[in-house]
Amino acid sequence: MSNITDLKLVELVDKIKKKELSSAEVTIAFIERSKKSKKLNAYISENYENAIKNAKIFDQKPDFKKKLPGIPIAVKDLFCSKNIRTTAGSKILENFVPTYESTVTQNILDEGGIIIGKLNCDEFAMGSSNETSYFGNVQNPVSENLVPGGSSGGSSSALAAKLTPATIGTDTGGSIRQPASFTGTVGLKPTYGSCSRYGIVAFASSLDQAGPMTHDVKDCSLMLEIMSTYDTKDSTSVEFKRESYLNNLNENIKEKKIGIPKEYRVDGMPKEIDELWEKGIKIIKENGGKIVEISLPNTNYALPTYYIVAPAEASSNLARYDGVKYGFRSKGENLIDMYEKTRSEGFGDEVKRRIMIGTYVLSSGYYDAYYLKAQKVRRLIKNDFDEAYKKVDAILTPSTPSSAFKIGEKLNDPVSMYLNDIFTVPINLAGLPAISIPAGHDKKGYPLGLQVIGKAFDEQSILNIAFALEKNISFKNNITDWWIK
Amino acid sequence: MTIDLKTVKHISKLSRISIDDNKAKKLGKDLNSIFSFIEKLNELDTKNTEPLTSIAETKLKLRKDEIKSENIREDILKNSPDKNKDFFVVPKVVE
Repeated sequence: MSNITDLKLVELVDKIKKKELSSAEVTIAFIERSKKSKKLNAYISENYENAIKNAKIFDQKPDFKKKLPGIPIAVKDLFCSKNIRTTAGSKILENFVPTYESTVTQNILDEGGIIIGKLNCDEFAMGSSNETSYFGNVQNPVSENLVPGGSSGGSSSALAAKLTPATIGTDTGGSIRQPASFTGTVGLKPTYGSCSRYGIVAFASSLDQAGPMTHDVKDCSLMLEIMSTYDTKDSTSVEFKRESYLNNLNENIKEKKIGIPKEYRVDGMPKEIDELWEKGIKIIKENGGKIVEISLPNTNYALPTYYIVAPAEASSNLARYDGVKYGFRSKGENLIDMYEKTRSEGFGDEVKRRIMIGTYVLSSGYYDAYYLKAQKVRRLIKNDFDEAYKKVDAILTPSTPSSAFKIGEKLNDPVSMYLNDIFTVPINLAGLPAISIPAGHDKKGYPLGLQVIGKAFDEQSILNIAFALEKNISFKNNITDWWIK
Repeated sequence: MTIDLKTVKHISKLSRISIDDNKAKKLGKDLNSIFSFIEKLNELDTKNTEPLTSIAETKLKLRKDEIKSENIREDILKNSPDKNKDFFVVPKVVE
């Protein structure tokens, strides 16, 4: 039999249900591989002992009706987990142990999942390369000293390196799809309101969504089914009919109208990204789909809008870190001095930069010029998509304007780092679902992704289109285990 | 528009983040490059556009006013950086 860790999520579930494998065998296999993979720095906290204990408890009285029967899963360290340290990649939460469980991780536990650890991420999910984490850089298993993307960089690295059979991330401007694209894995950002935000360390509340990261579209459908539930604990959670995404998964895209937005052909985009996109278009045509040229005229304004809205919401959300009730505290001469020193020493540079941008755009005299203006442009961007969806069922674009870059390459130029999210940010602003699937390699051998964007709450369609693309592309990730001696 | 050192210091005060002069200079540079990128929005006429404040067009639901909390005071206090048995402790506020 092949290695346990080479199996995909749906295959593992199947083997456990058929009693070909026990939960303990599977859990120990992923933990052993994780232990050998410290060089990747994918984990912030390990929960190995408890996980093995829980796997053995599962095996004593297995419930095979569960969707994740005794399956080990490592999750992004942005999800609060009861009695397991939750840091959000920040010094300010280095010793924070939540007294409650996030709804999404609770859903995973309720379906029989076992949490094996908490994965590295950019500090408070602010970054596109996992380089802003207080707990250090994460290596992309594709090649040494390559970023795994961000902010869900520990998640994408652990998944691609097979340290976990599936994982979950959060996506505020591309933080699931971009790291998925950089590591040759699948990542889905659901429609805003699909997955509960309860218990997720907040970054920008009107944009944040949790979503699955997996090896393939089938696994992704299963994970989404588990994660997406209506939750009264999140006031923006939406009640709608959630599908049996996995059962309904099919590759029939005949007569589906797929839009190609001309504004996404940006200047200076590498030729190989363009070719990748053409390859996707060709597959859709060959499978009976219809290609429709569309226009999203305000695309170029999405990033500037995002860099007002997201920091503004972040500055407000992060005001709670004051060193009083939890988290890091620095000594000060008085209360205000304590606040200022705590936040200065507890936050990293990128987080401070964004808090200050946000504070500025919300401050007296600038609110109308920046924040209100950005909210208005956000409306225009959403209107673009509404118009497009009168003509098409889904939209196809590249996931990122380039493949993964080297650690340190973009660290000193915030704007160049932000440009990485040019194809992903508009989707968060419009609250739509989108999936990134691996679709090819560039000439350096690094993975490239294609993004399928759907109508609100129509995750099933983008999963089906992605499934059809995946079948025809048959992508292979060339990962050599270079980090294991 | 340029953000000068005085403004950076003012924002840092509003943000409750202390900052020394060297850092403030570097941050001022970063903020200026970010804001020159943001200025692009002024190309758009939004006089007649309504701001989009929330993407989820849901009405807030009412729920019963029930006590759901568990007895977790001790667990919560465990996370406090400076604590005694029953309270959160902060530097002296009233002389």
